[in-house]
Amino acid sequence: MTERPTFPMADHPTPGAPSPILSIRNLRVAFQGARGAWNEVVHGLSLTVAAGETVALVGESGSGKSVTSLALMRLLDPATSRITGQVTLDGAEVLSLSEAEMVARVRGRIAAMIFQEPMTSLHPIYTVGEQLIEALCCHRPMPRAEARRAAVALMERVRIPDAARRLDDYPHAFSGGMRQRVMIAMALASRPKLLIADEPTTALDVTVQGEILSLLKELQEDYGMAMLFITHDMGVVAEMADRTVVMLRGDVVEEGPTAQVFHAPRAPYTRALLASVPALGSMRGEPVPLRFPAIDPASGAATPGLPLARQPDLGTPLLEVRDLVNRFDVRGGLLRRKVARVHAVENVSFAIHPAETLALVGESGCGKSTTGRSIIRLAGGTSSGSVRLDATELFTLSPGRLRLQRREIQMIPQDPLASLNPRMTIGEALVEPFLEHRMGPAAEARAKAARLMDQVGLSPAMLERFPHEFSGGQRQRLCIARALMLDPRVIIADESVSALDVSVKAQVVNLLLDIQERTGIAFLFISHDIAVVERISHRIAVMYQGEIVEIGPRAAVMETPQHPYTRRLIEAVAVPDPARRHLRRTQPPSELMNPIRPLDFVPPERRYREAGPGHFVRED
Amino acid sequence: MLAVILSRLARMVVVMVGISVITFLIFFATPGADPAARIAGRNAAPETVTAVRHDFGLDRPIWVQYGVMMRKMFVTGDLTSFVNRGQKIVPTLTAAAPVTLSLVAGAAVLWMALGAATGIIAAAFKDRLPDKILMGVSMMAVAMPVFWVGEMVNLVTQSRLHDTWAFSWVPPLGYVPLSESPARWFLALIFPWITLSFLYIGLYGRMLRTGIIETYQEDYIRTARAKGLTARRVLLKHATRAAIIPVVIMFGMDFGVLVGGAAVLTEVVFGLNGVGRLTYQALKVLDLPMIMAAVLYASFFVVLANAVVDLLCILIDPRLRRK
Amino acid sequence: MTTDQPETGSMPPADAAGGALPPPAGPWRRALQGLASSRTAVLSGLGLVLIVLATVLAPVYAKHVAQTDPFRSGLSAKIMIDGKRSPVMERSTEGLGLGVTPIGPTWGPKYFLGADTQGRDVAARLLYGGQNSLVIAGAATLLCLVCAAVIGIVAGYAGGRVDTVLSNLIDMIWAFPVYLLAISLSIVMLGKTFEIGPIHISSSSLVVPIIIIGLVYVPYVARPVRGRVIAITNSDFVLAARGLGIRPSRILWRHILPNVATTLIVFAPMLMALNIVTESSLSFLSVGVQAPNASWGTILQDGQALLYSRPVVSMAPGIAIMVTVMLLNLFGDVLRDILDPKSVRGR
Repeated sequence: MTERPTFPMADHPTPGAPSPILSIRNLRVAFQGARGAWNEVVHGLSLTVAAGETVALVGESGSGKSVTSLALMRLLDPATSRITGQVTLDGAEVLSLSEAEMVARVRGRIAAMIFQEPMTSLHPIYTVGEQLIEALCCHRPMPRAEARRAAVALMERVRIPDAARRLDDYPHAFSGGMRQRVMIAMALASRPKLLIADEPTTALDVTVQGEILSLLKELQEDYGMAMLFITHDMGVVAEMADRTVVMLRGDVVEEGPTAQVFHAPRAPYTRALLASVPALGSMRGEPVPLRFPAIDPASGAATPGLPLARQPDLGTPLLEVRDLVNRFDVRGGLLRRKVARVHAVENVSFAIHPAETLALVGESGCGKSTTGRSIIRLAGGTSSGSVRLDATELFTLSPGRLRLQRREIQMIPQDPLASLNPRMTIGEALVEPFLEHRMGPAAEARAKAARLMDQVGLSPAMLERFPHEFSGGQRQRLCIARALMLDPRVIIADESVSALDVSVKAQVVNLLLDIQERTGIAFLFISHDIAVVERISHRIAVMYQGEIVEIGPRAAVMETPQHPYTRRLIEAVAVPDPARRHLRRTQPPSELMNPIRPLDFVPPERRYREAGPGHFVRED
Repeated sequence: MLAVILSRLARMVVVMVGISVITFLIFFATPGADPAARIAGRNAAPETVTAVRHDFGLDRPIWVQYGVMMRKMFVTGDLTSFVNRGQKIVPTLTAAAPVTLSLVAGAAVLWMALGAATGIIAAAFKDRLPDKILMGVSMMAVAMPVFWVGEMVNLVTQSRLHDTWAFSWVPPLGYVPLSESPARWFLALIFPWITLSFLYIGLYGRMLRTGIIETYQEDYIRTARAKGLTARRVLLKHATRAAIIPVVIMFGMDFGVLVGGAAVLTEVVFGLNGVGRLTYQALKVLDLPMIMAAVLYASFFVVLANAVVDLLCILIDPRLRRK
Repeated sequence: MTTDQPETGSMPPADAAGGALPPPAGPWRRALQGLASSRTAVLSGLGLVLIVLATVLAPVYAKHVAQTDPFRSGLSAKIMIDGKRSPVMERSTEGLGLGVTPIGPTWGPKYFLGADTQGRDVAARLLYGGQNSLVIAGAATLLCLVCAAVIGIVAGYAGGRVDTVLSNLIDMIWAFPVYLLAISLSIVMLGKTFEIGPIHISSSSLVVPIIIIGLVYVPYVARPVRGRVIAITNSDFVLAARGLGIRPSRILWRHILPNVATTLIVFAPMLMALNIVTESSLSFLSVGVQAPNASWGTILQDGQALLYSRPVVSMAPGIAIMVTVMLLNLFGDVLRDILDPKSVRGR
């Protein structure tokens, strides 16, 4: 990467410009543990943010980035935390101010904050109007009517439709994206000079994330705010930041202009991190799924990942799903009568071949997880249609037969910790299904468990341990091992890598590809992460409101998307490359619709046209 | 809305009928329960028992007995006691009701105010001296049987220190109707109020403190602090407001149960002839009509409190309001 | 801040088990370690053990220290105080001098806390009474937990109509004021002997108060247990077990029950404390423990007549109840903090 493209940041101040808004010197944060021992989690961080500048603080979980942001605002519990160093916010020495001075001068005035979880960050029992007015009035007392007008103006400014009417709604009546807009409006209430955004789009859907990011950029320019952007998502960093600071376990390992950090990373960790991030479009021209690069942690040097050596067996399908429908009744009123119906899955059909990976992508609530669970009849609600595994029709099996049949189709869950019984050792959890299906004696089960632990990269000695003693990535490996105990032919991976850190995610994806290559297992890979999907799937199905809108070979769907929703989805992804910034400004907010329908609703007949070989698109 | 209220009322009636049937069965149909033998007294001649049985209609089928009792209670209102013959049940009960209501209402004001104050102050000073003192006292309050507290209060105010300046104003045990003299009504009830509320102050204080501290872990408290609200406003308007919802629910239930007669121990210790004491005395002599009336009276308040609490929840927690 | 434990975000994964890892720690072992490292839990637990020991040693105290039979009235007994022989029932010095007042606390081995209306040694009775109070409260706690567990698990796991019927029944009993229910049951059960097959329960047996106190609080425990069962039944790990093809009976036994157990354990000390108070209240109203048995509640009732003349008879059992209940609650608070997942979150 010798070529150094120029980036449009000439009009931004350079680092070290006079009088930064925020300057942090040698910040150390420590927490007191249960036994009184102090555990330092940020070790001497220094950084500056100039007026109007956006600085990204990036790192994986446990890097101390969120702790840093809370320390800046002195929002950590003083009884159990210790902050030292120097933090200057627009001339105010934050660490030497009293709590009252923090309230009067800093919080919400010089610096405002927005958080990761819009669903829980607003008070559930006050209307959004009350909360906005409170934010306005606590710094500048004003008459009620004037405050209301100002609140409406703020809500309009963050493009909440129908602002005047929605002012008196409670947070639960808003979607996640809309709540995040309310949070932003609240942060803007007193025109802060610095906005600290702590993972503001992590909990949001891809398309909504794009809208929020472009809104933040737009507001930053209008208000002339500086922004400290805390995230783990390299795509978001590339899209937003002028400068980037990379953190690893409480230390800054690299700092510089974003373009430089991305294109000529100096620290091994940065190089390793960037190599692990799937970039949408990087699979152009690759015929088969590709492993993530193997990385040497010492140097950060990446050895390119090997392509998948085994080809899908495109003869007769292994799993065939036809006209799958799943509906939930919505009950209401005093007699708990059915009042509406959620059409979670509507006429979904697809087939998976041995050693093939079909990805099911879509945003939250599109029915992709319900589809996965309906296949193994664990979804609840009422299902209809047909699911055939080889010659066996799963939907007509008796409960007893179904239980035995479940051996063939296994699931890898999204949340591995919740999916492991906290009171069983890993050994017990692995051996249990093997013995339940009478696949052999206990000694054989234990031997197989030890072998599989080895295969998923864990020590067999850890079989005696309990789930809470493992890290998130390790737990996901355990769930994979547990599924493999039954020698399944199909694995449904439901957002199985979504919650993992970038580097751990890459390793688990590689593990899945190894398993496929070795055993010929077919995967139904359910995910909202299109960049990962592009990397590992043979075919892709895009779901929207319970229906498949487009399905076809990976290259066809990704490179020549036909359905407008597919295009919108792909466009919204932030790419970890500052040279490819592409978010449009001033996007109108879109609300994802819940597929809740009246009881007498008859789903429309759908027809699909063939856009290419095996590439079908719903005709709207 | 009307439909909701009607269904709620229907549910209340069903529960009360259920309770009356259970009570009736406990006293009339448990193995070995023979009300006639009880009324006739110990060592009564078998002929006497038979006569009593016929006299009180206890030889009729059980559902007929139930029906007759319900009719006398609700329709004709001339249900009379088995024990004090001629004593009408319904007027006796209505005469006892104001005593209990005075006792419980006054105590409720006291325990809500002091309980809330205890919880908020303890949470604000978490792990510091005021918290430790308040929680220590609350711990004691919860651990002491209410009748024992009453006895100790009486020991001090009626006996040991009664003749000193501190407690010479305390009237003798008993109730003075509000209509007779508001001032004496107040004086007579001060110590019963304190005694009854002591337990609940401890209970509610601890509950609210825990609730507030748990609420401080919520993301929306962090939001409130980040936007620059004062610590006091965050505590009172954001944390306490959210944490008080379960306390209000509990208050509704406790209030209903106490008005219904669960304050029996306090009433006995302070010689107040309220509903609880009436019920207790009826139970001791197995005065079946009185027991049935008292139990129905009690369950009415419990069921009513349930309904009011449900309504209150919708009022104070908008999350429950969505359709 | 992330709620999960900090993950080693860097490569390589910390998968390779290092040699210096602590031994595996199961949830039960961790809970025990938590209790052992809590000063409150250790001290309150120690206090409870002392109380239990003291009551167990009641016969020793009665025989060798007080040298009396606390169940026989000793109206004409005399004891030596300061070399003088005094009657246990002193001539009343108040009013007209009619009647007798039992001896007050001697603070010596005999009649340490004085005598009750029948001239019996209060201190010895306090220990014997404590035995009964603790046995009743403990057995009632066990009975209540078992009943509540069965009802809660059946309702929560079966769901559907079974759940509807059981839940409504629970609600209905809930609407019954506890004390009225307990008094009603006592009135019906006392004064009779029950012959259930070979089992003979006399009216003065401790079994009667145990059953009454054990049953009245069942709804209060069954309701949360049912909620917990429903939550666990819908949890990811039960869903995972179903997906793995585990038999329903095994799911109930191995996956649901052990996780409900914590809820029951958390309830135990608080329920025990509640039962001690309930026993004393019922005995105070003379519908609990019946003579000749003693309990803290019956001593309180005996003391009622002596409240103004010999308050110690009332004060001593009250303080005993208060201390025991406080220790149980302190212990229960720590236990709840350790076992209740809700309090784990956050820092």
